[in-house]
Amino acid sequence: MQLEQQLGAARAQKDILLMTHLVLGYPSFEVNRQVIKQMVENGVDVIELQIPFSEPMADGPVIMMANQESIAAGATVQQCFEFAAEMAATHDIPFLFMTYYNILFKYDEEEFFKKSKEIGIKGFIVPDLPPEEGEKYLALTKKYELAPIQIFAPTSTEERMRFLADNGAGFIYCVARKGVTGKKSSFDEDFAAYMARCRAATDLPLAVGFGIADKSDVETLTGKADIAVIGTATIKLVEEKGPEAVGPFIASLR
Amino acid sequence: MNKKGYFGNWGGAYIPEVLYETFKQLNQAFEQVKGDPAFWQEYIDLMATYSCRPTPLTHAENLSRHFGGGQIYIKREDLNHTGAHKANNVMGQGLLVKRMGKKRVIAETGAGQHGVATATMAAKFGFECTIYMGEEDVIRQRPNVFWMEKMGATVVPVTSGARTLKDAINEAFRDWVSSMDDTHYVMGTVCGPHPFPEMVAWFQSIIGIEARKQILNQFGKLPERVYACVGGGSNAMGIFQGFLADKAVDLIGVEAGGKGIDTGQHAARLASKDASVGVAQGYKTMFLQNDDGQMLDTHSVAAGLDYIGVSPILSDLWEKKRVRFAAATDAEVMAALDLTMKKEGIIPALESTHAFVHAFKEAPELKPDQALIINQSGRGDKDIFTIAHAFDDPSWKAFIRGKGEEYAT
Repeated sequence: MQLEQQLGAARAQKDILLMTHLVLGYPSFEVNRQVIKQMVENGVDVIELQIPFSEPMADGPVIMMANQESIAAGATVQQCFEFAAEMAATHDIPFLFMTYYNILFKYDEEEFFKKSKEIGIKGFIVPDLPPEEGEKYLALTKKYELAPIQIFAPTSTEERMRFLADNGAGFIYCVARKGVTGKKSSFDEDFAAYMARCRAATDLPLAVGFGIADKSDVETLTGKADIAVIGTATIKLVEEKGPEAVGPFIASLR
Repeated sequence: MNKKGYFGNWGGAYIPEVLYETFKQLNQAFEQVKGDPAFWQEYIDLMATYSCRPTPLTHAENLSRHFGGGQIYIKREDLNHTGAHKANNVMGQGLLVKRMGKKRVIAETGAGQHGVATATMAAKFGFECTIYMGEEDVIRQRPNVFWMEKMGATVVPVTSGARTLKDAINEAFRDWVSSMDDTHYVMGTVCGPHPFPEMVAWFQSIIGIEARKQILNQFGKLPERVYACVGGGSNAMGIFQGFLADKAVDLIGVEAGGKGIDTGQHAARLASKDASVGVAQGYKTMFLQNDDGQMLDTHSVAAGLDYIGVSPILSDLWEKKRVRFAAATDAEVMAALDLTMKKEGIIPALESTHAFVHAFKEAPELKPDQALIINQSGRGDKDIFTIAHAFDDPSWKAFIRGKGEEYAT
């Protein structure tokens, strides 16, 4: 089943879906394994696995450091594939790869998608690859029936949003505010207007990320978005309280 | 350029969506001024009255005699205000920022010359200014940090990654994705997403335009060869553009050989076999990276050359064999610097000295009625701590010890 149908089926059961994010190999693959288990057991609907990159331009300090530490500890793209294959085989929810374009480019794009398809990865988020530069990426995701998830930003015009949606599949990742990952957003009237613009531009499910930290944030999003994205919050939680704190946190969100 | 923003196979604009509109506006603003002769004239006038343009072309008679080959000419970008070619690009972008109506500028800096130039421009035009600089470079280039702060800029030491130029670029982008409404990112070199490579090369072309006229006036004919150091590549692109159309003129880019190409501790992208095609920091070029696409740590005695990537325009000229590349080691640089100071009374920056090294190696191949030009991209005064340390200079060390004692109480 393709990502959009899978999310649609889940969405029919719930008012809002939860998507979590983690950086592969940080602090270790073993901790990643424990964290993912807790996430799935506590109702997470989709998980974004970030393959670390040495120059994560769009990420804030927390995720940036996680990328750096993971690479310093020796995580390789090959290990990320092996780990993702294990997760996709173990848990019955969709897994996505998030990474920067150079990782795909150096791996050989065709091989990257072929292998992703084989191991059951459903979609990709590549924040430094606009459709204008991603002709090959878009063609290959189509060929392998994988979802190239596109990103909307508050600065995107309606025309731009429609263009992005035409080149996207699975869902749209709506960046809640300007800036890098991990900073707190205020969900004000501007935000409501922005979400309305996103909704008008596409029929794809809308995911909202950047700075979601508690139940009230998720409640605010319910009705406006289809998927709430929790990124930096769980990384900080694991750093401060260990992997076992993740389950209760996820359970408290919805 | 074929596809927009590409030079042959190189370049592009690999930018996050949040910056799409910002780049669209920047492209429009740049297209407008590029087609406006009044803008270029305003730029020339500003550089003539605020900086020291045209900068002289100096005949280095003693060095020429010393090597007994071709006539060595030095293009003196060190005599620009703030002491390097960086001022050309920065003042140009400053005029553009005024046209775009933005109030704040940010920049990355390696050696600190681009940071100083940007802080200077911001002071003159009344912009707020934040400079991102790798922590390692803050230590290496302390005098420049002092001047930036004195001119009112905020200098942010970057502690992530290798704590050098590439990390400063990442941090500047992180600032820009939230501040773009009132802020312009003054990219310091001919790298990054389109239109930066083309725009910075356009402002820096002033070097080559002047140098070509000057050599014809002073020497009566074109040079055989032109040498420039290459970090990102802005001074090299600046001078090379003056001679690109003159097919007989050999253009040589000199990269940082660090502790030697064989040691792996260098920053030679095009002069070594260690780099491969990649996409990072918004553009496609040859990067020093591993098989996974993770960027490697680079090394050079010269902070301004200590960088993983290289201008997409230079990668194209390299691929087309119009520009050839060589590397100079840290040790060769110190020797060439010593010789240049003693023979000519000129102190090139450590970055610029890389070009001198290779020009000195090849000067004997030319005849006395032939000329070569070295682009001296900057002055070495900023490097006084590094140079004094490398020379292990006893009187300097005594002075520093004395100062230390003075401040200790």
